[in-house]
Amino acid sequence: MTKDEIRKTALDILAGIAPEADFAALGDEDELREVLDLDSMDFLNFVTGLHEATGAEIPEADYRDLSTLQGVVDYLKAAGA
Amino acid sequence: MGEQSTDVSGRETYATIRKDRDALHPSPNLFDYAEERETFSWERARELLDGLPEGKGLNIAHEAVDRHADGLLADKVAIRWLGKKGERRDITYRDLSAETSRFANALRKLGVAPGERVFVLMGREPELYVAMLGTLKAGCVASPLFSAFGPEPIAVRLAIGDGRVLVTTPGLYRRKVAGIRDQVDGLKHVILVGEGEAEGPGLHRWNAVVGNAPPDFTIAPTDPEDMALLHFTSGTTGRPKGAIHVHQAVVAHHVTGRYALDLHRDDVFWCTADPGWVTGTSYGILAPLTNGVTSIVAEAEFDAESWYEILEREKVSVWYTAPTAIRMMMRQGTDVVKDRDLSALRFMASVGEPLNPEAVVWGVEAFGLPFHDNWWQTETGGIMIANFAALDIKPGSMGRPLPGIEAAIVERGEDGGVEVIDEPMAEGELALRKGWPSMMRGYLHEEERYRKSFAGEWYLTGDLAQRDADGYFWFVGRADDVIKSAGHLIGPFEVESALIEHPAVAEAAVIGKPDPTLGEMVKAFVTLRPGHTADEAMRRELLGHARKRLGAAVAPKEIDFRENLPKTRSGKIMRRLLKARELGLPEGDISTLESDEK
Repeated sequence: MTKDEIRKTALDILAGIAPEADFAALGDEDELREVLDLDSMDFLNFVTGLHEATGAEIPEADYRDLSTLQGVVDYLKAAGA
Repeated sequence: MGEQSTDVSGRETYATIRKDRDALHPSPNLFDYAEERETFSWERARELLDGLPEGKGLNIAHEAVDRHADGLLADKVAIRWLGKKGERRDITYRDLSAETSRFANALRKLGVAPGERVFVLMGREPELYVAMLGTLKAGCVASPLFSAFGPEPIAVRLAIGDGRVLVTTPGLYRRKVAGIRDQVDGLKHVILVGEGEAEGPGLHRWNAVVGNAPPDFTIAPTDPEDMALLHFTSGTTGRPKGAIHVHQAVVAHHVTGRYALDLHRDDVFWCTADPGWVTGTSYGILAPLTNGVTSIVAEAEFDAESWYEILEREKVSVWYTAPTAIRMMMRQGTDVVKDRDLSALRFMASVGEPLNPEAVVWGVEAFGLPFHDNWWQTETGGIMIANFAALDIKPGSMGRPLPGIEAAIVERGEDGGVEVIDEPMAEGELALRKGWPSMMRGYLHEEERYRKSFAGEWYLTGDLAQRDADGYFWFVGRADDVIKSAGHLIGPFEVESALIEHPAVAEAAVIGKPDPTLGEMVKAFVTLRPGHTADEAMRRELLGHARKRLGAAVAPKEIDFRENLPKTRSGKIMRRLLKARELGLPEGDISTLESDEK
């Protein structure tokens, strides 16, 4: 997947979890949990969604790398998604 | 809760964890259970505190802060704040006294009268702690709200609590409060912490009103029965309830901190709960301070690695956390724990919902220490039943009643009275004999609901439980439809009301669906009005609608569509039936079912 595709995938998963969020205003470096009002369950669902969509294995110790959209793109790119 | 309902069989498979109480260092505060229960009295417990100088009563803030600031602990770190960007700030008892005095003076200057409610809605930043304690100093009533609440829960609670002042951040104000100001006429002042734009009536900046206020304040005479704290909780029906606690509650905060959490003067204590919930106030703010220990406050949300870092670096000795977090840590395994030097850690406790026996035992594998589960509620104000340091643990049990607390299993009779059931392992409602200092004194403006919580001498908890022959209590389930998610009570009615507000929704029913991590998660069933289609776009529309109004902590995580919801003859939706079907359980008595699910 290209970085753009990963980005689009991530945004689509987030839109299923927090549909009310203003994604146009979401910056690449914004803390997803804070800006999108995600609780721990929402965040776990997000990671599960990423795994299902890209096949990437995401161990829990790496969750902190996924705190921003940029982090998600970089991480999944490096993971070979 | 799903896991807990199997504890009757689970109990057979988990061996009792024996304690050698003579080998524990420091020696447990609650060492000889029988003797302590025998000799305990709340009057004597009160003597562990100072009271206001010259016999002017009892004020929580004096016991938590000022008496230490004027004594030997003045320069000791009261709160060590760990910011989410890696900041670290030590606040001594002396500093905390000065800062809380500034806040109390600011309230006076704004014309806020004693007894009026000051709400706090913000993340775990130092100002939150200063505002809560400063409010108590001023004789006002502190009411903390969870910052993950959406506008609707905030508006309802501010309205019920007659909120006069709100302390929040500009960002939270813009997103969650600005739009509901017209619903809360009584809110006269909003004190904004930190930078950022915000517009509206009665807005003040913290630095202007608090930062510049004088650092000395003499607490006015305080009757131990004066209202001090207002904590909101949820029932099955109706609006949230504001449970009233009085200054005298501090006697229970203090002594339960000693007994159930085994706090000793040299401890570094970390309660991970947010002050928006009662645990984060009673034990995240008050009990550690009255006991003169150093309390860790971590601003960031749960992350296993960062939590282990905090335990190691800050040399936490007593740790009070929650089942959801423990279960998330379990998913990462024990290796990451064993890499850490956690030699300072000597006691671990858990609260919020029953801790499954696997998690109690996992504590031993990972930390070399069991988790000590304990039980209490918003209404009880402090820990009532606990696995304390010297007690042998039966994994899955909530432990035994603390000294000063009499707990029983009761059955409600037709006449509104209750009968105590003495035989071991009989299932019934958990009840507590009235009279401990942190018992709620009322639900604000809800005399009838308050009255219904008692039968004669007993407070009825709404929890079903059993007591075994050794006097240990075991949680069975809730007696009502209240949902317990990540340790917090959510009223189905509040969620259903928000869903029904959406023009496409005809009916809604909300249940707690068992979840391995959260205990229960909020699941909604809805029927749509004619002309609307049950598809993914509609699901997202309703989910977004609910999240905007309720916030992530209360909104449903799953929404399913139905053509009809099961109802009784009187038109009441049968949540229990929906839940039984969701879980594939027997449907029970459905004789009242008139109109079935489709």
